[in-house]
Amino acid sequence: MIFALIGNQNCGKTTLFNQLTGSNQHVGNFPGVTVEKKEGRIRRTDSTVVDLPGIYSLSPYTAEEVVTRDFLLKEKPDGIINIVDATNIERNLYLTLQLMELQLPMVLALNMMDEVTSSGGSIDVQRLAQDLGIPVVPISASKNEGISELVDQALRVGEQHILPARLDFCTGEVHRAIHGIAHLIEDHAQAIKMPVRFAATKLVEDDQPTIEALHLNQNELETLVHITTEMEQALGTDREAALADMRYTYIEKLTRDTVHKPQETREQQRSVKIDNLLTHPVWAIPLFLLIMSLVFWFTFGVFGSFLSDLMALAVDQVTALVDAGLTAYGINPVLQSLIINGIFAGVGSVLSFLPTILILFFFLSLLEDSGYMARVAFVMDKLLRKIGLSGKSFVPMLIGFGCTVPAVMSSRTLSSERDRKMTIILTPFMSCSAKLPVYGLFTSVFFPDNAALVMIFLYLLGMVVAILYGLALKSTLFRGQPIPFVMELPAYRLPSAKTIALHMWDKAKDFIHKAFTVIFVATIVIWVLQSFDTRFNVVEDSAHSMLAMLGSLIAPIFAPLGFGNWMASTALVTGLTAKEAVVSTLTVLTGAADSAGLAVALGEIFAPKAALAFLVFTLLYMPCVAAFAAIRREYGSGIKATGIMATQTVIAWCVAFCVYHLALLF
Amino acid sequence: MTLDQLKTGSAGIITTVGGSGVLRRRLLDMGLTPKTRVMVRKVAPMGDPIEIYLRSYELTLRKEEASKITVEPVDGKEERK
Repeated sequence: MIFALIGNQNCGKTTLFNQLTGSNQHVGNFPGVTVEKKEGRIRRTDSTVVDLPGIYSLSPYTAEEVVTRDFLLKEKPDGIINIVDATNIERNLYLTLQLMELQLPMVLALNMMDEVTSSGGSIDVQRLAQDLGIPVVPISASKNEGISELVDQALRVGEQHILPARLDFCTGEVHRAIHGIAHLIEDHAQAIKMPVRFAATKLVEDDQPTIEALHLNQNELETLVHITTEMEQALGTDREAALADMRYTYIEKLTRDTVHKPQETREQQRSVKIDNLLTHPVWAIPLFLLIMSLVFWFTFGVFGSFLSDLMALAVDQVTALVDAGLTAYGINPVLQSLIINGIFAGVGSVLSFLPTILILFFFLSLLEDSGYMARVAFVMDKLLRKIGLSGKSFVPMLIGFGCTVPAVMSSRTLSSERDRKMTIILTPFMSCSAKLPVYGLFTSVFFPDNAALVMIFLYLLGMVVAILYGLALKSTLFRGQPIPFVMELPAYRLPSAKTIALHMWDKAKDFIHKAFTVIFVATIVIWVLQSFDTRFNVVEDSAHSMLAMLGSLIAPIFAPLGFGNWMASTALVTGLTAKEAVVSTLTVLTGAADSAGLAVALGEIFAPKAALAFLVFTLLYMPCVAAFAAIRREYGSGIKATGIMATQTVIAWCVAFCVYHLALLF
Repeated sequence: MTLDQLKTGSAGIITTVGGSGVLRRRLLDMGLTPKTRVMVRKVAPMGDPIEIYLRSYELTLRKEEASKITVEPVDGKEERK
């Protein structure tokens, strides 16, 4: 049997999903859209549970809502597990009432009951189940309480196909309208296998997808308008408000009868206190900067670099071992070079990023699940609105300063498709940490007295270009209406270790998968280009390789920027595998023995002003293959991803051109 | 008076919810229906958006969106529903 797990955002849905399935999870996308689809087998059963996106209503406006609706209406799961946050029961039940109209077996999981009882409240579960006409199971997902009872109930309603016992929550005019319409469209709804009651309610709400799906004739459409107009006149309000009001009125009565709790639970009171500090008018922004600096310091500073070095050491050891083994075996030297200098060097250098990425995701998951990210969006919203985004886009951009790959991946937390796609385009302009070695090398050679100034200039330039690009996108490609910024600020909660561990495991799998597919292929291609000439003879000096040839082919493109040298352009090309490769390539190509030699050699290739243009280009041009793969995956289209990369590279060229020629004036 | 004009710490009862399309639907779905009591908890450091309290949870929305909602102010400081 297949069960759909549905609930509001922030109601503990992911925690419950993890408790139900353990680690038997598959993550994918829903067909056609990049909304995440997680499913897994419920432990000790043959049934599957599908984790649907967190939503507040079954209206057809956001991608998440549409995905959930379509899944429920078309896939017809054997049952619905509706998770409800007991501390916030009124708004959570609003979705429950809509789900019940779908006429599917359903059980309600009343989560966070422990918080309600510990702060002196109580909920009359039996009365609630009786009034709603569906089984209600009190649980605490984070403490793993009540889960087996929930599974038993879900299996029972699913196997025996027990439908919600009640349907009518409406009174008076709305009641009359829904029944009139239900009568009118019964045949149409049955023809397309849509629950009649759901269809009727949606028609009263003026839900366009339902109106289209039902294929009503002219007569029926007119009757429909007549019935709803009559209802609106009698109620003195419009149809959308009438239905929302009807549902909430019923819920208010229901909770008056069944819920007895202090106005705010202890967790909510604690949240208010934490927020007094974290969203304080004066301290909010400094505290935010402090928290993020700490995260970055841990991730890219002490801790992360230590683990990355350790990982690099391990990779080196394995490489040396394999190398020795291959030599002993007497394998063909070209094949040995492919394995060692190509695959092991390429994939290995990327794998050494794994610890950094895991640590970053540990902190992000902590910030996200604790509820702090919602506050960041609240504090920063005004800033990002100017470029047509909302506060929620701030987080991915910030991570972009560390690494574009997790930044693009974290854009999944954005609920609006438009905001997400725009955020993904702008994120690569945040200078990622892999570009630091390039800046370091060039500033030490060309601008030793103004190193810090040049660094700051580069970081700021990236941001300025992103802002201008954002403004341009807002008034061209992304002109559409932004999703309104109406967001819940959930109570602060300490996320469970299990949730964080599973989250990190997900990301690790994702990253390793990428390292052995996209990056694997890319390193082989680069190795081939760098090891052979056009007649496929092995070259001694890489200056005669295909890569060098390609380098000199594209070198003229960079002549207007002041660095038409083939070595410079080759370095930029290899930089696509990973930005650090710009440094290693220049080292190899110039044949410099030590850093002093490299400084002299670079001085011959670049004039100082051309070096600045080179840095600007490095800052802005298309990100590495790993980032490209991440963007491709989020956009679900290689062509679009290529277009984004091409545009970014053109922008980089133009800005570098301007910087170079402005610099020449002085 | 509209919701964005309500002072921090004071409460009001919603009388009408304006706007259209996605925005309006979203506001209604989140429980901002007529006769609901809301309290303005806080204004973001940069002056926008605002944080409100209703139906025992916290919600943030921009002033522009809040200006579509009319409220009847309630006397005295908001403590209990």
